Amino acid sequence: MISGPASTGEVARGPTARVPAIRMERIEKSFGAIRANRGASVEVMPGEIHALVGENGAGKSTLMRILGGLMKPDSGHVEVNGRDVTGWSTNDAIAAGIGIVHQHFMLVPTLSVAENLVLGCEPKTRGIVLDYKHAADDVRKLSTETGLVIDPERLISDLSVGEAQRVEILKVLFRGARILVLDEPTAVLSPPEVRELWTVLRRLRDKGDTIVLITHRLDEVVEISNTITVMRAGETVARVKTSETTPAEIARLMVGREVSLSAGKRVQPSGRPAGAQPNQGLEARNIIVMGSRGIRVVDGVSFNVRPGEILGIAGVEGNGQTELIEALAGLRPVFAGEILIDGTDITRRSVARRHDAGLSHIPEDRHRRGLILEYTIANNLILGVQKYFSRNGVIDRDRVKENAIRAITSFDIRPPNALLPGRALSGGNQQKVVVAREMGRGFSVLLASQPTRGVDVGAIEFIHQQLLNARTQGKAILLVSAELNEALALSDRVAVMYRGKFAVVMPSAEASEEVLGEYMIGTKKGTAA
Amino acid sequence: MSASSLAEGTKPTFAAAPWRERAEEALIPPLVALLVALICGDLLILSYGQSPAAVYRMLLEGTWGNAYGFGQVLYKATTLAFTGLAVSFGLRAGLFNIGGESQLAAGGFAAALTGLVLPAATPLIFALLICMIAAGLAGGVVGAVPAYLKTRFGAHEVIVTIMLNFIVLALLNWFIAGHLHVPETLHTPEIHAGVLPRLADIDSRFHGSAANLALIVAVLVAVAVWFYLFRTRGGYDLRAVGLQPQAAEYGGISVGRVWMRALTFSGVIAGMGGINYVLGYKHYYEDGFASGAGFLGIAVALVGRNHPFGVIIAAFFFATLSQGGLAIHAFVPKQMMDVLQGVVIIAVATAVPEVRRILRSARKRSDA
Repeated sequence: MISGPASTGEVARGPTARVPAIRMERIEKSFGAIRANRGASVEVMPGEIHALVGENGAGKSTLMRILGGLMKPDSGHVEVNGRDVTGWSTNDAIAAGIGIVHQHFMLVPTLSVAENLVLGCEPKTRGIVLDYKHAADDVRKLSTETGLVIDPERLISDLSVGEAQRVEILKVLFRGARILVLDEPTAVLSPPEVRELWTVLRRLRDKGDTIVLITHRLDEVVEISNTITVMRAGETVARVKTSETTPAEIARLMVGREVSLSAGKRVQPSGRPAGAQPNQGLEARNIIVMGSRGIRVVDGVSFNVRPGEILGIAGVEGNGQTELIEALAGLRPVFAGEILIDGTDITRRSVARRHDAGLSHIPEDRHRRGLILEYTIANNLILGVQKYFSRNGVIDRDRVKENAIRAITSFDIRPPNALLPGRALSGGNQQKVVVAREMGRGFSVLLASQPTRGVDVGAIEFIHQQLLNARTQGKAILLVSAELNEALALSDRVAVMYRGKFAVVMPSAEASEEVLGEYMIGTKKGTAA
Repeated sequence: MSASSLAEGTKPTFAAAPWRERAEEALIPPLVALLVALICGDLLILSYGQSPAAVYRMLLEGTWGNAYGFGQVLYKATTLAFTGLAVSFGLRAGLFNIGGESQLAAGGFAAALTGLVLPAATPLIFALLICMIAAGLAGGVVGAVPAYLKTRFGAHEVIVTIMLNFIVLALLNWFIAGHLHVPETLHTPEIHAGVLPRLADIDSRFHGSAANLALIVAVLVAVAVWFYLFRTRGGYDLRAVGLQPQAAEYGGISVGRVWMRALTFSGVIAGMGGINYVLGYKHYYEDGFASGAGFLGIAVALVGRNHPFGVIIAAFFFATLSQGGLAIHAFVPKQMMDVLQGVVIIAVATAVPEVRRILRSARKRSDA
């Protein structure tokens, strides 16, 4: 099945002649105005597990897509087993033994495990008839060799997520991959499944395969990898041996201590607005949210945010922050618990009625939720408040226009043309539209989820200032940020979410990245009130 | 960088794209599609040993060239406008209503029943209004069933509307054949009230053609749909759901309610189409009168690009092809027009996005 002179992961032995399995040098890749990779370099030796870490949008996946031939770099140099392969195709990459296990499974659910594995290179008897038995035997053999135990006769649709992932890994191995790239493989796995995966990966490594693990979970990195490359904002900022570093140091490299945010000067909490009622603001009591697989993705979270306060939620992504915010916003059912705004129970209320109760929400995903990309800026600026811009069911276009001009002016949305569709704006300006809308209406509680993700530095500064202004005006703000220093700089109190629970809640003044980092990776288990 | 830099002379504007750009984008792609279809038509005609020029001339003379033919085009365009508007209304909310056929039939049936029940002395304007409301209601009921099943149980509207076509048409057939037909026929007795004036009553040159004032109703419905979609809050919500359901949900819009509304009103519009045949032409309900007009509405909506006014134009186009098929029957088989219809649909579905892409990239290059 595999052919070509450089097709196997053959490695020159001997201590001095070791050729890196992967060498990528000064890779540049831009998408329009966004530079996903800016001079990124990675070197992975054969037979090691290499972790590629960085925050979301740091350029990890882009780099690996270039390796897999799914994209061509704008400039830079890619070598596999010493051979220059810059700008090769996916077929070349597969033939050279590179296998990418994607985050989203690419399996045919109605076919069996064996059928999925042989898809595209089916063994045939007499030229036409599919040789299922042969295929199943091949799969069984590979399965026992690698420890990826799975019955080849089972249908994909009957498998659990963990088992489906095993099939994905088997699939690339079946095609002769000796260099495996796994993109966030544990995002969908339960802890026991993660442990099984580690066992398999170690076994493959001991067999001589090379593994690259894309992740942003530091605990995993420390547990499984031999070497680490840290990416930040498209650049590779460090290459370290796992044995010579600590999670705290990796976290520091990932976040980039020297990048101080504009709002980084801690603004000390102002005095609470006088006369605030004790039950004002946002209160959550023992919230439980179920995930798609029956796991409690939010597991009994309680907190309150007072008027004039910002409560930051830090934590590695995927620990339930998204689900918590969606539950608070009314976009995801709450399994148990109560949500109150200014003392009013809104747990069972619709999104629209939560708006009426004073809730505003900057969603995490502006492309999917925050904006209607085909709608004009003017129309996007009234999403969620459209009822205030209509009279007897007819949209009042003059007021929509007025509102758009006001928002474009005060939030400096560019290009300043209210009739442009939302998709025509840059990420930062799209976010400004969302922020302008959500902070431009009457509200008492704001949920701000990753408000500065994928936004340029100038806009970050501006959005931070808006959040701080809202706090001064006595709004209660719940801020979720994957950026630890953002959460620290803006919040009065900061909570760390770990595996669906608040691991700790403490005043920001007493918190530091080191302390929170330990809660984030679960090495320190807190007793959050 | 920050808000302070705005003072440097960037004033917010409401500048739509230049009209030339918009006109190009609206006209060139369908014209290219039409050209492709014409070329295919040429080849077909040549394969029959006829001259394309002669056949096309005949086609135009038989449709737009004389009052009778033009009247027939108007008549056929009316029903297609209703069913096309119905399909496009659903599609704006992201729903595919394939039930136009049965909704149209149910509307026609209800209009005929109402016309039979009303006393002949009912003032025309009231009789018309009541018959039209009945037609809309009947279509709306047929549309509401898949809407409810989708919102309540998640049943796919395509499957349900297709199946409802069988059920409703069979029920109507049973009712007509078993209970309410003039002997030896499959139609109801003539209605007493609610007869729409024909164009021939106003201008004698249209004598013999079926064109009637239902056309005006169709145009009014198109204007109403346009106003609803682009000027009202309900239309804002409906299009939001069609474009990005998750963003709509985030914006406090009840997706289920919008689905319910969109499919029901899609049915109402299709049902109202029944008045063209029943009140305007035959003055009775006849089994099978819809005969594909409901399905052709899908093509009309597609070619009309889901815009109410585009749908009206597309309805005229398909009506011309259909009537033209009869005009050229002596030279090439009438079925050739059916083939051509199919070619147009495929050409629009493939050429329009492609041509638009080419236009845009060419513009980008000239900007750069």
